[in-house]
Amino acid sequence: MTEPTTTSGPRPPAASRKDRRRHQANRIVDGTTGWKLMLLKIIVLSILCATAVYAALVLFINDRWLIGSLVVVGAAALTWIYLQRGALPAKYLAPGLVFLLIFQIFVVLYSGYVAFTNYGTGHNSTKDHAVQAIMLQTQDRVPDSPTYPLTVTESDGEIYFALINDNGEVLIGAEEQPLEPAEGAVVDNGTITAIEGHHVLSFADLLNRQQEITNLAVPLEEDLNAGYLRTQDGQRAYLYTSRYVYDENADTLTNSATGTVYRDTGEGAFIAEDGEKLMPGWRVNVGFDNFLRAVTEDSIRGPLIYVTLWTFAFALLSVATTFILGLFLAIVFNDRRMVSRKYYRLVMILPYAFPGFLSALVWAGMMNQEFGFINNVLFGGAAIPWLTDPWLAKLSILIVNLWLGFPYMFLVCTGALQSIPDELTEAAQMDGAKPFQAFRMIKLPLLLTAIAPLLISSFAFNFNNFNLIYMLTGGGPRDVSAGVNVGSTDILISMVYKVAFVGARADYGLASAFSILIFIIVGTISVMAFRKTKALEELN
Amino acid sequence: MRATFSAPIRLGALLGAGAFALTACGGSGSAEPSGSPAPEQNGESSSAAPEAAGELTVWVDADRADVLADAAEDFEADTGIAVNLVQQDFGEIRDQFVSQVPTGEGPDIAVGAHDWLGVLVTNGVVAPIELGDAANDFEQVTVDAWSYDGQTYGVPYSIENIALLRNTELAPEAPETFDEMIEMGEASGATYPFLVGLDPQAADPYHLYPFQMSFGAPVFGTNEDASYNPEDLQIGNEGGQEFAQWLAEQGEAGVLNTNIDGDLALENFNSGDSPFYLTGPWNVPAAQESGIDVAVDPIPAPGDSPAQPFVGVQGFFLSAQSENVVAATNFLINYIGSPEVQTALYEVGGRAPALTESFDAALAEDEIVAGFGAVGTDAVPMPSIPEMGAVWDYWGATQTAIINGEGDPVELWDRMAEDIAGALD
Repeated sequence: MTEPTTTSGPRPPAASRKDRRRHQANRIVDGTTGWKLMLLKIIVLSILCATAVYAALVLFINDRWLIGSLVVVGAAALTWIYLQRGALPAKYLAPGLVFLLIFQIFVVLYSGYVAFTNYGTGHNSTKDHAVQAIMLQTQDRVPDSPTYPLTVTESDGEIYFALINDNGEVLIGAEEQPLEPAEGAVVDNGTITAIEGHHVLSFADLLNRQQEITNLAVPLEEDLNAGYLRTQDGQRAYLYTSRYVYDENADTLTNSATGTVYRDTGEGAFIAEDGEKLMPGWRVNVGFDNFLRAVTEDSIRGPLIYVTLWTFAFALLSVATTFILGLFLAIVFNDRRMVSRKYYRLVMILPYAFPGFLSALVWAGMMNQEFGFINNVLFGGAAIPWLTDPWLAKLSILIVNLWLGFPYMFLVCTGALQSIPDELTEAAQMDGAKPFQAFRMIKLPLLLTAIAPLLISSFAFNFNNFNLIYMLTGGGPRDVSAGVNVGSTDILISMVYKVAFVGARADYGLASAFSILIFIIVGTISVMAFRKTKALEELN
Repeated sequence: MRATFSAPIRLGALLGAGAFALTACGGSGSAEPSGSPAPEQNGESSSAAPEAAGELTVWVDADRADVLADAAEDFEADTGIAVNLVQQDFGEIRDQFVSQVPTGEGPDIAVGAHDWLGVLVTNGVVAPIELGDAANDFEQVTVDAWSYDGQTYGVPYSIENIALLRNTELAPEAPETFDEMIEMGEASGATYPFLVGLDPQAADPYHLYPFQMSFGAPVFGTNEDASYNPEDLQIGNEGGQEFAQWLAEQGEAGVLNTNIDGDLALENFNSGDSPFYLTGPWNVPAAQESGIDVAVDPIPAPGDSPAQPFVGVQGFFLSAQSENVVAATNFLINYIGSPEVQTALYEVGGRAPALTESFDAALAEDEIVAGFGAVGTDAVPMPSIPEMGAVWDYWGATQTAIINGEGDPVELWDRMAEDIAGALD
């Protein structure tokens, strides 16, 4: 390695004391002057830049110009930030910003983009790919046609298919050249070993020209309806007919048997006049269609309204119940008269230390109607349908979320309570306030100032609390008479999941549109709530 | 100041040199393959193995990776083409394949289950593969399963289906009919005469399907070539209504119980609380480890027709965007389709092999596999058409409602058939 090992040369003699002090300050603030640090910095940046250059080259080779240039620009920016003096804020913020861009901004922009497309099952890729796939999938092998042992040859750069017919004659053909008897063919033990003017391709040659060979269709006869010979493995050819003919200029697919013409009508698929669609289609921009569908299509709108209402109820009740219980426990365990509260506190935090989805699974088992712990032990064998009755399932969800969520509220409330000086309560009591009054008028407002932002974020979290719903009820129980695939405990995000990933027909476009709606709802509420909190702060 | 100023310049020079070196590498690596033998690469290339350009990428799950690694080694020795095995979680492969193939990052070949075909074909990411005469070497049901719209899309390697597990201590004889089984179960004195794992929300149409079939109510009718016809929804026919009534009766009698989920059913069977358990080969090792002497029987039918379960067939399929079709096809047909690899895949997976030669050998060797295999060859492929998604949406929820007596069974069943028909339009 020709790594430059020297970093900082001899420092210029300090002109004055003041200068030196500034220098020292610089050294402390900048943290770059020590030669070890400098070396470390250079090594890290070298690795970063080397990786970036390699990544960019690979991307450029694969024609990914945009991402490649972004990598180059990003790496250059990082190098520039860390090699200059000063720019301390940028140095601290840069890594975070990079991750923010990659994991947040990009994802948000991408879902925003997808919401305006028809991306989903059947509209997965580009039009070129769709045409290619349709043509591939509709090469029908002629029924009862034989397997043709094949020899592939090359002459003047063009690929030929050679085979021996039933009469022992050697036939040869190429693109748009139907099979005809070959001259000067040498057959050895049933295989063609040489043909005059041709080079017989070895298996390695076949592998080197795979795409030419697999794309080649050799007409069997002058009459093109007899079909084409194609090969997949270079050793055996089969006789095929194409179900569709693609006309590149007219941009249509025509069914060769019935003559039906399929056109690209801008909907992302080839569509016949009677409305029949050829699948696969491709991805196109559909404007606001997905959003319109969400509010106009009956099969989506009905469940959407119902699910939105329940989502709000679930999020609000979850925050309220966990906060109330957490606050109550925090006050109780904050009281100095409570003996060994340290240990109680420890126990209280346990549900929080347990992975949430695991707890949800355990609860699902405990709530089994017939064999669950709750019915069998706590209710003496009663058959309470905790998870299968629409209303009880909602209640169960709230109970389990209370179990999962109260330790967090307990923790933050304890912290906030401890930061409120006891003198305030004492003063209030001196002024004649009863304990509850002192709590309600003095402590609670102070507490809320500190906790309100956390309550808002807790609301946003519960609004999208997918784990709990998915693991506990899976959105069920379903009302089978409703005729839609949405259960009575589905919240918006679990419904989005069902639209996007469950079943054979994924609709990422619609799911992204839903996510954007969720984002708008949560965003609006948070902004409004934060405004309110500000007012609260000013009050105090 | 001077030092810090010059550092970026030196760094730049270093990077520049590195970039040049990398470009040089990239350039020579992507030199287009010419018809003539490969140009000498620093002296080490003229070995006996044919020198072909390119590399196959295969997505495979962890269980099958070792077997494939051996096959890949042979393939490379024979053809000179390296096979790059990428391990993926089996359950992730379908969706990853659908999203990666269009970007050009997808593999040439991937492992999967036949019921993914609807999604793969509709998305245009999978290419047909012509098995040719080799198709006759496989069990018919496996090739049927991997066919879609008249084309074959994969080389199958294993058959998976459910059958009736019997605890031979509690029930020495195999039952002939469903009622006989329940009688035997009750006579055995065990807690449950018969077990099947159901979900409290969505019952389990997959496990209950053989019973539904015995009443003559398949989901879809079939075309001449044994493929399913989505236009011909059969689930709501008279047999379906009979099945619904039967479900309600069994629910009332407690034979079918939606509170006994898969875990509970397995646990009870393993502790000897039931002589019969309707399940798949995946639960056999656990039962044997608990000391149960297990026999595998055909599923007894409650109706007049045979109780045919769904069969799932695993196989390897080819990407529509593969640039190595010749190599991939050779690898699929001549290596994965070979008796050695099929048998090796059977040995790691414990499912009956798809290739008839390996299938017969496996059945002769292992009674458990023989039991499942015998049921599997008479079974019907799980429909892979995308229309099936709409069926699953309604099927299980309605079965739960019927078993738990939440309404008139025939009405509920008719309602479901209507909803499915509505969703298919």
